[in-house]
Order: sequence, then C-alpha cells, then structure tokens
Amino acid sequence: MASKRQQLPSRVLVLGATSAIANGVMRPLAEQGARFYLVARSPEKLKAVASDLETRGASAIFTCVMDLDDTASHEAMLAEAAEKLDTIDLALLAHGVLGDQERAQTDYATAEAILRTNFLSAVSLITWLANYFEATHQGTLAVISSVAGDRGRKSNYVYGTSKGALNIFLDGVRNRIDRSGVHVLTIKPGFVSTPMTAHLPQTGLFAHPAAVGRWILKAIEKRKDVAYVPPIWAVIMLIIRSIPNSIFKKLNL
Amino acid sequence: MPRNSQPKFQSPKFESWGRYPKLEADLVPLSWTTDFPLTQPPATKILPVGAGRSYGDVCLLGHGTLLQARGLDRFQHFDPQTGILRCEAGVTLAEILDFAVPRGFFLPVTPGTKYVTVGGAIANDIHGKNHHIAGTFGCHVLRFELVRSDGARFECSPSENSDWFSATVGGMGLTGLIAWAEIRLRPIVSRRIQYKGTKFVGIDEFVAISKANTHSEYTVAWMDSVATGNNFARGIFMQGDHNPQPEPLTRSKEPWLTLPLDLPEFALNHLSIGLFNTLYYNKQFSKEKTALVDYEPFFYPLDSILHWNRMYGKSGLLQFQCVLPWEENQQFGIINMMKAITASGLASFLTVIKVFGDAPSPGMLSFPMPGITLALDFPIRAELSFDLVDRLARITQEHGGRMYPAKDARMTADRFQSFYPQWQEFARYVDPAFDSAFWQRVTARG
Ligand SMILES: Cc1cc2nc3c(=O)[nH]c(=O)nc-3n(C[C@H](O)[C@H](O)[C@H](O)COP(=O)(O)OP(=O)(O)OC[C@H]3O[C@@H](n4cnc5c(N)ncnc54)[C@H](O)[C@@H]3O)c2cc1C
Repeated sequence: MASKRQQLPSRVLVLGATSAIANGVMRPLAEQGARFYLVARSPEKLKAVASDLETRGASAIFTCVMDLDDTASHEAMLAEAAEKLDTIDLALLAHGVLGDQERAQTDYATAEAILRTNFLSAVSLITWLANYFEATHQGTLAVISSVAGDRGRKSNYVYGTSKGALNIFLDGVRNRIDRSGVHVLTIKPGFVSTPMTAHLPQTGLFAHPAAVGRWILKAIEKRKDVAYVPPIWAVIMLIIRSIPNSIFKKLNL
Repeated sequence: MPRNSQPKFQSPKFESWGRYPKLEADLVPLSWTTDFPLTQPPATKILPVGAGRSYGDVCLLGHGTLLQARGLDRFQHFDPQTGILRCEAGVTLAEILDFAVPRGFFLPVTPGTKYVTVGGAIANDIHGKNHHIAGTFGCHVLRFELVRSDGARFECSPSENSDWFSATVGGMGLTGLIAWAEIRLRPIVSRRIQYKGTKFVGIDEFVAISKANTHSEYTVAWMDSVATGNNFARGIFMQGDHNPQPEPLTRSKEPWLTLPLDLPEFALNHLSIGLFNTLYYNKQFSKEKTALVDYEPFFYPLDSILHWNRMYGKSGLLQFQCVLPWEENQQFGIINMMKAITASGLASFLTVIKVFGDAPSPGMLSFPMPGITLALDFPIRAELSFDLVDRLARITQEHGGRMYPAKDARMTADRFQSFYPQWQEFARYVDPAFDSAFWQRVTARG
C-alpha cells in the first residue's frame, strides 16, 4: 500500500507559541531536533517556552514578540520566518481568545475583538501562508480551531462563530491548494485539561495538552483534513450537530 | 454564616491521593513562574499544590485558595556533562525520566510513584529505596527560586540563603512558592535493574538482611500484615542495582490501564487483603530470586494502573508512615505495631518496611532519620481505622520515633510538636499569606 504518511516536520513556525496545546505539538518535534520560529505577545513567556524547547533538543530557535491582532506587520514577520527557517514545513496557528460571551452579547466592541483575534488575524496569516506553501508545493498549514465552531450554543456563540467562520475559510483554502501538494489541517480540540481541572475528578472527556499534541502530530503524519482531538469528539459532535433545532434551541448548553 | 448556604458560589471539594479529608477550596492555576504573586490576592489563605500525590492534608486547605503549580512544567537547562537539570517546579518526575533516561541519566531519589512534581518532592523532602546511600531528594537539590506572597524572589541553596533553603526543603509548601529548581541527576547505562528478592520471617531477620546488604543501591521490603503465629512479620526483602551492562536507552510507554470507577467498599476486606498477601508471599517459591527487570515495575509497581486509589472506594484510605530509631536488642516498636494491627482486625493492603541510613536531611522538618521506617495503608472503615492509626501514633511516640506529614491525616498537635521540636523555629519562615489544613491541625488552630 502506498503510504500516505509524511515525515514529521522539522522547520516549524508557531503563531501563538505560548499556547498549551501548541506546546504539546512542539515538544516532541523539539526532541527530534526541529528548528522553530516562535511568535507570541509576552517576551517573558516566550523566553520560557524557547528555553524549554531548546533544552529538549531543538536545533535552532528564533523568536518574535508581536500582537497578532496587528495584521499590518504580518507580512514582514512571515517573510522573516521563512527566511530564518530556510523553508517552512509546518505553520501552526495556535493563537486565540475565549473572550467574554456575556459582555459580547451587549457590547459589540467585545464581540468584534473576539472575531478580530480568532478570525480576521487568522485570515491575514493564512492568506500569506497559503500563497507561500502553494508556491513551494509542500508544507502543512495546521490551524487550531475548536469543536465550538460546529454549532452555536448560547454559552459561547461569539467564540463559536469566530471558529466556525475559520473552519469554512480553511475548507475553501484546502479546496484551492490541496492539489499543489499542500496539506491544510483543521484541528478541533474538545475539553483540554488545564491546570484548573487537574484536581477535579477527571471525567474521561478531559485530555492533557501533551496527549492532544500527540493526536495532532498523528493527524499531520496522516495528512488528515479535519482532526477532532481526541478523536472521540468526532462522535460527540456528530450527535450534537444532528439534534434538530426544534429541540436544540430548548437545551441549556 | 456557613459558606454553603449560598450554593451558587460553593467552591469545589478537593481531595489528596488518600481521598481523605475532602475540603472545599478555590483553585488558581499557575502556568508561568511570573504569575505569582497574584495580581489579585485572594481573600483567603493560600497553599501551593503539585500533583496532589500526598495522602493526607499537607496539600489541602479548607476555605482557602490552592495554587496549582503543575502548569509550571517547562525545562530550563540541562548539562549532559554534569547531569544538572534546571526545571520549573510543576515538572513531574515522570517527565524528567522521559527526558533523562534516553540521555543516560536517572533521578537521584524517587518515591514509589513517578507522578509527583519537583516542587512537591522538595516540599516533602521525599525519600526513596536508596535512602541508605543517597539520603533524601533535598540532598540532590542544588538551588531553587522561592517566591513569597509579597513579591520577594530569591535563590536558595545550601550556601546562599541557606536558612530559607532548609526551611523550604521539607517545608510543606508553607514558606512560599518554589518556582524552579536545579537538581543533579545520576548517570545510568541501562534501563534495567538487577533485582534480588529474599524471603524472611520476623523483624530480626529483616534487620539482619538489611544490614548485610547496604552495598545495594536500592533496598526495601514488603511485609505481610495479616499473617500470625509462625508466619508473623514474614515478607520479601527486595534489593536492586542499576544494570552496569550498557543497553539502548529507550523512553517509557504510556500507561494504558485506568481504574475507571470506585470499587465498592466491601471489595477490600480482611479476607481479600489476607488472600492478596498470601499470594504475594508465595509468588516467589524459593528463598531467593534474582532477575533483570525494567526500572518501571521495580520502582513504580502501581503506576501502570492510573487512579489505583479508587480501589479503596469513595471514602478513601488512611496512610501511616513512621520512622523508629534503633533499639538495643529487638525492634519492639515495629513488633508492637504489627500486633496492634492484628488485634484491631483491620489489615494493611501494602506494608512496606525499610532501613533509613544516617545521611543528614537538609530540611528543618525533613522526616527521615536513622532507623526503621514502616508504611501502612488502611481502607477507611469509620472509627476503626482512625482508632488504629491513633494507636500506631502513640506507639511511635513511645519509641522515640516520628510520623511522616506527607502520609498523615490524623497526627495531633501535641504529637507533631514533640516529633518535630524545630517547628517553632520553622514557623518564623512561614509566609504570612500561606497556610494548610495540616498546619492548622498540628499547630491547633484549625
Ligand atoms: C503511590 C505513592 C507512593 C509514594 N511513595 C513515597 C515514597 O516512597 N517516599 C516518599 O517520601 N513519599 C512517597 N509518596 C508521597 C509523595 O511522594 C509526596 O507526597 C510528594 O510530595 C507528592 O508530590 P506532589 O507533587 O503530588 O505534591 P502535593 O501532594 O500536591 O503537595 C505536597 C506538598 O508540596 C507543596 N508544594 C507542591 N508544589 C509546590 C511548589 N511549587 N512550591 C512550594 N510548595 C509546593 C504542597 O503545598 C504540599 O505541602 C508516595 C505517594 C504515592 C501516591
């Protein structure tokens, strides 16, 4: 059987490098000696992440402190990343905010800020990266979205909308550049255990960022289009999507 | 007004590995060493927690705020020449092994589970099967950073801020938050351990075998707490050394078995525990048995089943660990304890006994001292188990020993203060914003 698997990437760009899920992806790559270009807002946190990856075996690390809401500086940053890494094998988009749903319900500025960070800034980055990858005929564009983008719920529909819009945008980009050999991966994590949940009785639904990272790497190796992580979320979301609106609108979710 | 009259704001209940007690608290997760001190100081007292693998209440604080340090999980530096590793305090020993074993290094001291954090290992100044050679975990800590609730941060080592160093090693999280630490790992060339098991009957035989085998790096014994008569205090003495023959050093596999639910309380009773102990003793036919085994089952026999504490049911278990100094002729203290257990009709599922060496512990309140240490666990069966543990505490006191705070939920203030006369000096180093359920109990303010 001709294997559809690809090798783990070794030249890695991470946007939102302080994200816990991103770290779950980056650590195994660092252990195999990958090179990184890391972008995040906070210089101290970025430094902590960089020393961690370096200690684990990363062969080179370049860092850039930047607020990704500032779309005007994306192009220069991405060009620098491509140059520093030689070529980009994997671009991982991991930045995002949950935002304050209750405030967003009455205050448009709050809603707009959530959409700007999670969707618009991603559109700007993906646009540049899609063209870059298309021209080099290789590479993986992996974007951390969320199961929340699969259906609007009253508890987080503004966040959910930003992720749902992102999913559709990625579908389109994949449809456009897949034939040039570029892999576009939409990642939909379910509940991930943060330190917040570590002490609580862990229902089987919580996953550790390290485990989520391993699932994502598997999805990259297998060139999946959409990866629910852990995979059980594909089933859960299938059920949630198939509840008719006449019932769904009455549920407290 | 009682807090729970407002259910909407009720905080969740937390429990340690022993699942007793269960106390309400707020939780603040820390992900970065710079997150502490908190920008919004909580209205309550606070306590750092690691992986919550202590058994009693040293990692609990009722109506308080728990600072979850597990999120501080980054490495900072490793020197493959010296084996010196600097990492944040929430890194677990399992994560260190995954990192270090393939590079030819091993932990200098490890407890019976690898799922504890570096911060927790320092704060309880833990010991392992190599105590007679290596001393405690704290003996291998070169430095750490302590962060106080007022924002003061300072590095502590045996030579720099040495008083803070010795207060914080074994200081049960009360002196401030340990942000990162530097520890010295030991070199290895193989994952495997040369193992030897020797059967014994009676405390005297155990002591004789222990004393004849102090050259072995790791020694510990398992004992049958149920057998009586001719079989009283029978057990298996286990010793191990790192295999000196070089072998490829691979990483461990992920555990795959989780005990998914609480077993009913009747699952562990005198009969089933007795049966288990007899089977365990007879698993080894001959008096002596040698084997080359992987380090995982040697050091962490229970870790392959995640959440094995659910075996004890919802009400949990009481751990008890004491150390008794050497006695003239016979080890009466240990014998008295074993007799008290038999007389109570209760049984300890896992009884572990070991000889501690005389390496001085670096911490003011460190538990180990030269002598024999005995660790027991009892499923909680109402007052019966409490009475027995109190009885064992009295025997400990009568024989000039002391109990281990990391495995305690019952020690009285009187006893703690007589076991650890340095406690008043230690109290001067306690951070004014910090407190724990254990500390409240043993200073009798709770
Ligand atoms: C199966 C099993 C076997 C065991 N075997 C042994 C053994 O052989 N020898 C032994 O000595 N112990 C043993 N223990 C006990 C265990 O090693 C200790 O309780 C250990 O300290 C737990 O670490 P933790 O990270 O879970 O810390 P926790 O239990 O969460 O906390 C322990 C203490 O550390 C403090 N603390 C945690 N993090 C920090 C920080 N960053 N800064 C300051 N203070 C902090 C807490 O306040 C608390 O006082 C065993 C436990 C289990 C479950």
